[in-house]
Amino acid sequence: MKGLLRSSMVFRWMVAALGLVVVLSIIQELARPETTDLISAGTAESTLRRAVPILLAGLGGIWAERAGVVNIGLEGMMVLGTWFGAWGALEFGPWWGMAIGMAGGAGGGLIHAVATVSFGVDHIISGVAVNIMAPALTRFLSREFFVNRSGGGLTQSPRVESVGELNVPFVSGGDLFGWTTPDLFGWIDDRNWLLVSDAAALLSGITRSVSWATVVALALVPLSVFLLWRTPIGLRIRASGEHPVGADSLGVNVYRMKFLAVMVSGGLAGFGGAFIAIEQTGIYRENQVQGRGFIGLATVIFGNWQPAGAFLGSLLFGFADALQLRDRTAVHALLLLVGVALAALAVRAVVQRRTRPAVLLAVASAGVLWWYAVTEEVVSELPPITPHVATLLVLVFATSRLRMPAGNGLRYRRGQE
Amino acid sequence: MTIRRIALALAAPVGAFAFSVALSSLVLLAVGTSPMEAWLEMLSYGSRLETLVETGNRATQLYLAGIAVAIGFRMNLFNIGVEGQYGLAAILAASAGAAVDLPPVLHVALIMVVAMAVGATFAGVAGYLKVSRGVHEVISTIMLNAVALGLVGFFLRTWLLDETDTTLNMKTPEIPPSGRFPNLNGVVETFTREISRGRELWGFLLVAIVVGVLFHLFLSRTRAGYDLRATGLNPFAAEAAGVDPRATVVKAMLLSGAVAGLIGLPEILGHAHSYDLAFTRGLGFAGIAVALVGRTHPLGVGIAALLFGWLDSAAPILDVVGDTPREIVSILQGVVVLSAVVAFEVVSRIRRAAEARDAAEATRSSATTSGSPS
Repeated sequence: MKGLLRSSMVFRWMVAALGLVVVLSIIQELARPETTDLISAGTAESTLRRAVPILLAGLGGIWAERAGVVNIGLEGMMVLGTWFGAWGALEFGPWWGMAIGMAGGAGGGLIHAVATVSFGVDHIISGVAVNIMAPALTRFLSREFFVNRSGGGLTQSPRVESVGELNVPFVSGGDLFGWTTPDLFGWIDDRNWLLVSDAAALLSGITRSVSWATVVALALVPLSVFLLWRTPIGLRIRASGEHPVGADSLGVNVYRMKFLAVMVSGGLAGFGGAFIAIEQTGIYRENQVQGRGFIGLATVIFGNWQPAGAFLGSLLFGFADALQLRDRTAVHALLLLVGVALAALAVRAVVQRRTRPAVLLAVASAGVLWWYAVTEEVVSELPPITPHVATLLVLVFATSRLRMPAGNGLRYRRGQE
Repeated sequence: MTIRRIALALAAPVGAFAFSVALSSLVLLAVGTSPMEAWLEMLSYGSRLETLVETGNRATQLYLAGIAVAIGFRMNLFNIGVEGQYGLAAILAASAGAAVDLPPVLHVALIMVVAMAVGATFAGVAGYLKVSRGVHEVISTIMLNAVALGLVGFFLRTWLLDETDTTLNMKTPEIPPSGRFPNLNGVVETFTREISRGRELWGFLLVAIVVGVLFHLFLSRTRAGYDLRATGLNPFAAEAAGVDPRATVVKAMLLSGAVAGLIGLPEILGHAHSYDLAFTRGLGFAGIAVALVGRTHPLGVGIAALLFGWLDSAAPILDVVGDTPREIVSILQGVVVLSAVVAFEVVSRIRRAAEARDAAEATRSSATTSGSPS
């Protein structure tokens, strides 16, 4: 909350967002007519939709790690979320599906908490164990509950309904008391004014046909900031993650805080899983999480354990994910973007007189731009792994300036230093 | 004292397994099938010679995967990337083996060297990123898994595809007979009846055993192995004693990746003779489970590999008889992993408490003897 409300911070974000629009517009102009999807309402909408599960996993990671528990099990908890979400949506309707998916994820969190907090098992080992167990359990449950339904099977559920969508009135043509308001952003987008139309397209995309579940997920970002940084219980959770012995000496029940935080973490991951099943695909399918829990974990790290940072990270991956799904030629245009970005980093390194990084970045930039120039489209295996490669690159360039909670990943036994 | 130690060491895995069987039985009761019937079916099918041969083959691959993971675990390094490393190593080694023609033993040796080099290189990337850029190996190896998967798909579709093959199964060119590993059927059949149904016990089992012995010797008899264990037990003490933590991380990653490279070879050298779409995936993740249950000990991992291999081989019978879902075996395996790690933790805590008590007693008795006037 503090970070978000500080005016200088808001200003920097707005400048960054504006810069992004400008860069994307220019790249879009350069890449036309190869693709028109680099900056469009459809891409913006898809980016947001793709970002939500990663955001929720990231928030889950932040809750757990702020309490000092590393949660590699996010992936498995998301898997539980997909199954329980779909099952709940089938039985009771989509909103119940979200809630039950959340409960399923929280169940995974409970197991992780028992292992790591009560028994002091290594956090990564316990998380890996949760990840091994979750798919086995969902396969078993599918056999029991989905096989006999029409459309269901061993690896998938029948189709499920999604929750409703929101069109914001006046700017994106939403209904207000039965009256269809004008679609302002859409109108500007259609004018094809340089930059202005592109910005309007972005805004139109994120204000049109937005799932109500997305709205809830986005609200969880400031809510997490508020709960963790502005309430006594948040302070206790963070104290348990920074210095559990100190927290204990001040009367904080560290075990209880860690349990609570890890279960919230699992619940958020479960929500993310349920979102994938109910909102993105409209069906539970085995393996549909595809490592998003891990990518969410990566957003925790380069978001510097801040919800707003994880949100930014999830947008980046959402963008990569959306492009590869919507339009594979757009990924080719993305090479141009990556090449330019690397060149910019190289220039910065030159200005800062760091020779070796400058040379490396320049070579990498030239390589990527050359790749863009000599090929018509990227090989079909590249688009699906774009988010993973992006994660690696960002971590390689970002990890040196980060600080994680001091007691993160450490075993804590009450009464022992 | 020693009896108590052995009893404690056995209590954890045995207790964890018993707990897992009990929990899975409860699950089966809850969905209305008879657990007793299912377990008995599995026991009777699982004690057949052919199933045991399958078990041996599966366990060979699981053991190599388990050792690959265990090498990292010994120094708190989590190589989650075994999955990607062995896939990439398998396809490149299979293609290399098909591309050359060498005398029998050399040919197999070359394929193994290529596989180990590829595995080590790919794992080394994660090691390098960790020491140079501080990227946690868990995240980097997971992302590299996706990259490896993409590369394997790309290679199989383009450069390494067997153009002469007319079936729809995409595969790499076939390895000539000199580059294949003989099976052990002859050895087994001197003790038993003939192995039927075309099953073969892959000879690579022997390589897996050698790898296990080498792993043991490496840990207990070499400087590098000592450094690795020391870093795992107490990184600060190890560094103070002159162990370079960065070099140890990279070495451990390279070694882990080299063993990971071997995982796919039993199948390719013993049976498939090429990399195709039917190649077994998922062994890297199963290896994590095996390494955890076996507590990263060369012998323990072996027992865990046999157990998991047997469960995998005996489970298919559940599809054929009775109405028990075979997925119960996966649940059982998952619960074994989690309960085993918890049990090890509990047992080591009991042991530490006992040691502290013994030490306290010893100090007290020595204090009273020395303190008393003579």
